[in-house]
Amino acid sequence: MSMDLEVEAKMQAAEQTDTQMSGSQMILQSLVEEGVDIIFGYPGGAILPTYDEIYKKGIRHILARHEQGAIHAAEGYARVSGKAGVCIVTSGPGATNVVTGIADAMIDSLPLIVISGQVATNVIGTDAFQEADMVGITMPITKHNFQIRDVQEIPTVMKQAFHIATTGRPGPVLIDLPKDVSTNVGTFNYPKHIELPGYQPTVQPNRLQIKKLNAAIKEAKRPVILAGAGVLLSGGSSELATFAKTRNIPVVTTLLGLGSFPESEELSLGMAGMHGLYTANMALHESDLLINIGARFDDRLTGNLDHFAPNATIAHVDVDPAEIGKNIDTDIPIVSDAKRALEILNTSKEENDGFTAWHEHLTSYQKENPLWYEEDGETLKPQKLLELIYEETNGEAIVTTDVGQHQMWTAQYYQFDEPDHWVTSGGLGTMGFGFPAAIGAQFAKPDKAVVAVIGDAGFQMTLQELSILQELNLPVKIVIVNNASLGMVRQWQQLFYEERYSHSLFPIQPDFIKLAEAYNIPGFKVENPDEARDVLKKGLEMDGPVLFDFRVTSLENVYPMIAPGKGHQEMEGVKP
Amino acid sequence: MIRTITATVNNSSGVLNRITGLFARRQFNIESITVGVTENPEISRMTFVVNVDNDRALDQVIKQLNKQVDVLKVRDISGDTIVARELALIKVVSTPQNRSEIETLASPFRASIVDVGRDSVTLQVTGDHQKVEALIDLLKPYGIKELARTGATALKRSSKSQSQELKYSFIQ
Ligand SMILES: Cc1ncc(C[n+]2csc(CCOP(=O)(O)OP(=O)(O)O)c2C)c(N)n1
Ligand SMILES: [Mg+2]
Repeated sequence: MSMDLEVEAKMQAAEQTDTQMSGSQMILQSLVEEGVDIIFGYPGGAILPTYDEIYKKGIRHILARHEQGAIHAAEGYARVSGKAGVCIVTSGPGATNVVTGIADAMIDSLPLIVISGQVATNVIGTDAFQEADMVGITMPITKHNFQIRDVQEIPTVMKQAFHIATTGRPGPVLIDLPKDVSTNVGTFNYPKHIELPGYQPTVQPNRLQIKKLNAAIKEAKRPVILAGAGVLLSGGSSELATFAKTRNIPVVTTLLGLGSFPESEELSLGMAGMHGLYTANMALHESDLLINIGARFDDRLTGNLDHFAPNATIAHVDVDPAEIGKNIDTDIPIVSDAKRALEILNTSKEENDGFTAWHEHLTSYQKENPLWYEEDGETLKPQKLLELIYEETNGEAIVTTDVGQHQMWTAQYYQFDEPDHWVTSGGLGTMGFGFPAAIGAQFAKPDKAVVAVIGDAGFQMTLQELSILQELNLPVKIVIVNNASLGMVRQWQQLFYEERYSHSLFPIQPDFIKLAEAYNIPGFKVENPDEARDVLKKGLEMDGPVLFDFRVTSLENVYPMIAPGKGHQEMEGVKP
Repeated sequence: MIRTITATVNNSSGVLNRITGLFARRQFNIESITVGVTENPEISRMTFVVNVDNDRALDQVIKQLNKQVDVLKVRDISGDTIVARELALIKVVSTPQNRSEIETLASPFRASIVDVGRDSVTLQVTGDHQKVEALIDLLKPYGIKELARTGATALKRSSKSQSQELKYSFIQ
């Protein structure tokens, strides 16, 4: 570059956006640059300068009533919108209150930007008021984290944070913002490019491996696709549908992969895993070619690894190379964005034999071993409740769950035909997740019906967020599947601890209807199974928020089940 | 199996913490870690000697390291021809009578006496792991008062042919 050109370029760059701003202003301006239109949070001392800017700037901020509510809402928002969820909290207790949500987002690969206030740089390390080492605490549960030491770093850090959170395998990124940095003034110039030599996710598949997979499909007699959250996160559902249908390969999903392939399709075998469908698990077990697309072979999915798909060639598409070969030896590793790999697979014109015998075999499994439960003529069966919810929402709702039996019944009985309609805490199994996640989901899709299916125990972990529903008349429908117990814990105690129900049965419960009333939310309690459908219908049709307290069979168990240590072929509680 | 892995990393605060935390939570056994800046002051080089059970574990170590945003490049250099060096400071019980004996013993190792006290001498030795071990073994009968060792730090050799017969250069 000649001298003149250099000077000119510099001047141009300077003209662009060189504006003086405080650190807090820079944070908000960066959010605007990233297209953020909603943030979830809770104020406090160290983050006050930023809240002052939120006040002035008028960016949409949802005040949770507990930071855990804010971060789960951000997660729900992220899962449904495909964008990063943004959560902002103060230092110390505000920040430690979001640790669970960060860990949850990490293990379920949800893009989050968490901005935590911090004490001023000159007192960091002195045990100052509300000081907690958030960079240290969240190091193992973030994709990456930053502590900003100089106001001038803010634009670059923000740009990098969004890039890291939303690309490759998504995940949470925490930005720790000391109070003095947020009030210091500097020049704001939002970078256009990212320089992160240590972060270059591989998103294009290796053609040779794709060829190998095509060849393996040609050879296979009993192929199966295992579709995980990676398909949804990459936006590759329609590519998956094309792939499965043109190759005529049946599809099994993981818990988090529900909705990645329409469950009403003939090729769909449903969810596999600990409480997966018999046919789905047997398809994995008996397959000779297992094509994992965007799933991480989690232990709740695989069961005992020694018995896992013993005769299968394993192909694994994952954008995170560390997942390939982590739990299962892989024959055809494909490091790639799931959608991209599927697009390339879909360009191939490979023929195959149609796998007729295999399909017939699986269909007979489906016929002989469907999901099942028995009515007792007295109580509302939770499975029945989920069928009703499915029917009364036409299968079109965005459904969130908490963790426990109701979560598994929802996964089993609500049929997901669309991507990004299913929000649940898979890897961490975080009770308290489902209700605030529904709030975030509703903000992401204001026009969609959002149903939060929650256990009576889990609801009590984050019910304070009823305030958000009340304040904003947010039309989330809460369905409490009330078995008066920590149902899943009780089930395990019944099966593996000789019915010693240690602290899993509630001696008392709050009056959930009165509770809803306190927040001015209509509530319906249903004890009579015959009334269930009508009440559900009526409540779902209402405009604003509604809370249902459905009293269900108290000692019902989730089946079928792979007991701990067992393999897919050893499912218990299969339809007799 | 023992493997030597090097990583170039951003020389920013907390990176060592990230790496050791990663090793601990993933249950990777580290025999030693050394860190120092490279010719580029913004980049540090870390050398790990790890003890892994099998190839899958080794694969995980490398992949998990690679996933760190601050890690620029990871190499398992165990199979390569490398120069690997450790440094040890060994304080040995010594009387004026046996001092020269110790010196003689140390000289093939090119170990030097860096401190002399009334009843001890301190030797400094550099070399690969076996060489340092060998010297320590030889000195043990005299009584080792204190021992300070660095871990290994390593570089790939620049030309293969030269080092083929000389996989580890034992005594320089
Ligand atoms: C934060 C948290 N604490 C404890 C657990 C362990 N746990 C898993 S399921 C469950 C019971 C949940 O009860 P409820 O919310 O009523 O749902 P149900 O199983 O009865 O449908 C518990 C305690 C958990 N997953 N998360
Ligand atoms: Mg319950």
